Amino acid sequence: MFAGTIVFALINSFILILMAIGFNLTFGISGVANFAYGALYIMSAYMSWTMLNLLHLPFWASAVLSIGFTMISGALMYRFVLLRVRGQALSEVIATFGIGLAILELFRYLGLVGFEYTLPVFSNESFMIAGAYVDIQRIAIVLIGLLLVLGLWLFTHFTATGLAFRAIAQDERTALTFGIDSDWAATLSVSFGAGLAAIAATIIIPLGSIAPDEGYDVLIKALAICIIGGLGSTGGVIVAGFIVGFAERFTDTYIGSHWTMIVSLAAILLVLAIKPSGLFGRQKELEERI
Amino acid sequence: MSLPTALRVENLCKIFGRVAAVDHLSCEVRSGELIGIIGPNGSGKTTLVNLISGFVKPTSGRILYNGQDITRTAPHKIVCMGISRTFQMVRPFYRLPAYKNMIIPLYSPRVRQLAGGQYGDRNAVALDLLEEVGFERDAHVAYKPAGTLPQGYLKRLELAKAIALSPDLLILDELFSGLSLAEVASIVPVIEKLRLAGKTIIMIEHRLKELFRIADRIMVLNFGQKIAEGAAAEVMASEDVKKAYLGSEE
Amino acid sequence: MKKRRERIDRGIKARSEDVYALCSWREMLYLAGPRLLPAAAFLLLPLFLGVYWQKVMISVAVFALLAMSWDLLAQTGMISLGQALFFGMGAYVSGILNFYFGAPPWIAIPIATVLGGALCTLILLPVLRLRGIYFSMVTLIVPLMLVRIIEATKIFGGTEGLSGMTPLPSTLTEIYLATGVLLGVLFGLRRLMETDYGLVLKGIRDNDRSVTNAGINIYWFKTQALFISSTIGAFAGAFMTHVYMFVGMPVFALDYSILPIAAAVVGGGGTLAGATLGAVILVPLSEALRGIGGLRIVLYGLFLVVFIVAIPEGLFDYIQRKYHQMERWVEIDQ
Repeated sequence: MFAGTIVFALINSFILILMAIGFNLTFGISGVANFAYGALYIMSAYMSWTMLNLLHLPFWASAVLSIGFTMISGALMYRFVLLRVRGQALSEVIATFGIGLAILELFRYLGLVGFEYTLPVFSNESFMIAGAYVDIQRIAIVLIGLLLVLGLWLFTHFTATGLAFRAIAQDERTALTFGIDSDWAATLSVSFGAGLAAIAATIIIPLGSIAPDEGYDVLIKALAICIIGGLGSTGGVIVAGFIVGFAERFTDTYIGSHWTMIVSLAAILLVLAIKPSGLFGRQKELEERI
Repeated sequence: MSLPTALRVENLCKIFGRVAAVDHLSCEVRSGELIGIIGPNGSGKTTLVNLISGFVKPTSGRILYNGQDITRTAPHKIVCMGISRTFQMVRPFYRLPAYKNMIIPLYSPRVRQLAGGQYGDRNAVALDLLEEVGFERDAHVAYKPAGTLPQGYLKRLELAKAIALSPDLLILDELFSGLSLAEVASIVPVIEKLRLAGKTIIMIEHRLKELFRIADRIMVLNFGQKIAEGAAAEVMASEDVKKAYLGSEE
Repeated sequence: MKKRRERIDRGIKARSEDVYALCSWREMLYLAGPRLLPAAAFLLLPLFLGVYWQKVMISVAVFALLAMSWDLLAQTGMISLGQALFFGMGAYVSGILNFYFGAPPWIAIPIATVLGGALCTLILLPVLRLRGIYFSMVTLIVPLMLVRIIEATKIFGGTEGLSGMTPLPSTLTEIYLATGVLLGVLFGLRRLMETDYGLVLKGIRDNDRSVTNAGINIYWFKTQALFISSTIGAFAGAFMTHVYMFVGMPVFALDYSILPIAAAVVGGGGTLAGATLGAVILVPLSEALRGIGGLRIVLYGLFLVVFIVAIPEGLFDYIQRKYHQMERWVEIDQ
């Protein structure tokens, strides 16, 4: 049972990392806290579902298309809404929150809730690992999670766009003087964040079903992971994902499933009390921000 | 010199990432002295000010003020101990009239304590202080929103805000930068007056000519280290200083 | 010949700005009217309304209080996405005092107001050290997590909640308690924000570095603002517990977070009166739109986006401008 718990804790950790990494990427680069993140996650799932079941496209095509559309929605959201209130934290937060709310509540109003609203798993087979049955889908989550983290690292360290992202993240003004268009980079950052949400949705949703409440849930989990790990730090997201993932699974197995939420909340409050900027967060010192 | 030491910096280091902005710096400022700190861009002058005023915490080293260790003291407490500073980049509350900008420093616990708990009309005090730094009372400049004032007035407003806290040690971070000669000339008497009142003053400056006219002593920083210290003429004659300036500005 | 629009102050505004305003009824009315009119409306209307609209009015007052509590925080630079935390905390404390200890409303509500406010302040205290959106993130997730915890651990009645609270003596008592507190908070906070203390709070939002440099402990002032704000929210919650005679998980629901923000944004932030105006508009509108069900929240979301992007100053500012200024076209020559 112990070994099995570890396996599932690992999977749970990757689910959390996948959920949080997009939010974190956007914030890390452009400082936009995308509170519509959960809504974009759910929206992409509904798009996949529609293409799959109403337009009868193959799974891979609908997945790719919905990820693409979600990225476009993210970019449009930045261009037409966020750009107008850029730099005003209050307005940015309220605008993204309002958009997310409108999307999720619209889905709820349309009544798209139920077991039939889900995405197919890649394969129904399962393996026996460490005394526990693990299906292909969960293994895929771990693999894709690893690939994404690795890909993101390569992207930000070796491609021109990625390097520009890091430059903007470090010092927007200096980046501007080097001819990096910060609006363009911010548009891409929101769009990439949305894309990551869509990828996460494509591989995580098959484990459950598509529901508006899931959108709030994803947002809460992403925020929790980012607060614990430290906003804007990819390493922090990974470490926090593992901490919360393991803590949740172990409390679930040994104490009881209803305690998992308490563990997360306790983790947040503890981290905030001891190191308010998160485990890996660097609350920039005053002069560095000027 | 018989004057007591007001500020003593011991072996101070501040490392940002891999760059040492301030590198094992030690220095002393005596009470009632006007010391000028100069150095090329990026030599760690502003970081030093931030360290002394507590906005940035050092990687290692100590700062003593009147014999008291203030290395880890919170910035607002340092202000209440009598050190006040101006910022290089002035960011007033643009929508408020200039004199309303003065209210916040006047609200500080230090001012209330010094006034012995009985504080009169803050607005009147604010207007008096502004007049002292050259806001002409007749022209009603003090009533205009800070956002509409030219740079010269904003710098003076910044100075007035620091003076409002009746500091014993005043740190002026590039007060003269961006000002015309006439504007500088109008501020110099204010600084002279503060000196006569016995305040200790540290000035970070790029405007060397104006600085040398009023400073008792000059300290030169380069790459976070002190490369020269002494009277203006003697410092400028130093080979290291010439190299530092020519090397970075040409 | 080109023209441009020019705004100039009305003569009466200039005349009523100094002490001479006291020499003429017209000027005095000009000053007092906008203050007395809403106050009179809040105090007299309940006498003429039916039971249903009386309930709506209570709702208006409660949401106006939450919106002002939000606005006060926003003016200090803290953007809350979880007014439900304040509301729910007050509601549960009052409910527990009444249910388990039998405290009558007259004791439970004041205690819950202060205690609930203190608890919220305590929970959020660590976040005050951080700038930016941390505050929004934490305030958003804490109430939602508390719901899950209550649901899972079944404490305080779990999903069923606690019912059978002692009600207040009559509907009119309820209304006058709510509107009385509303008017007190509205005029009190407006006055507070005009003082030097209020200036310090607003200074923290605009440039906290400058405030620190004035020797002021910004964390202490933020804590005070948070306490004032959460106390107001907690009162609203405690009060509603005794109106509904029930307290349960819905008190932490997103509705109590969103509608106040929508009210403050639509009415216009930074004025407190705008927040009240927003509640006066949105709550009855929401009642009228009851038919469309869940679509209402979609509308709130869109309201938020449209107002924050297109009309960030809100309705109150518009009305105030029209009241004090007039516009005219003036010709400009090239």
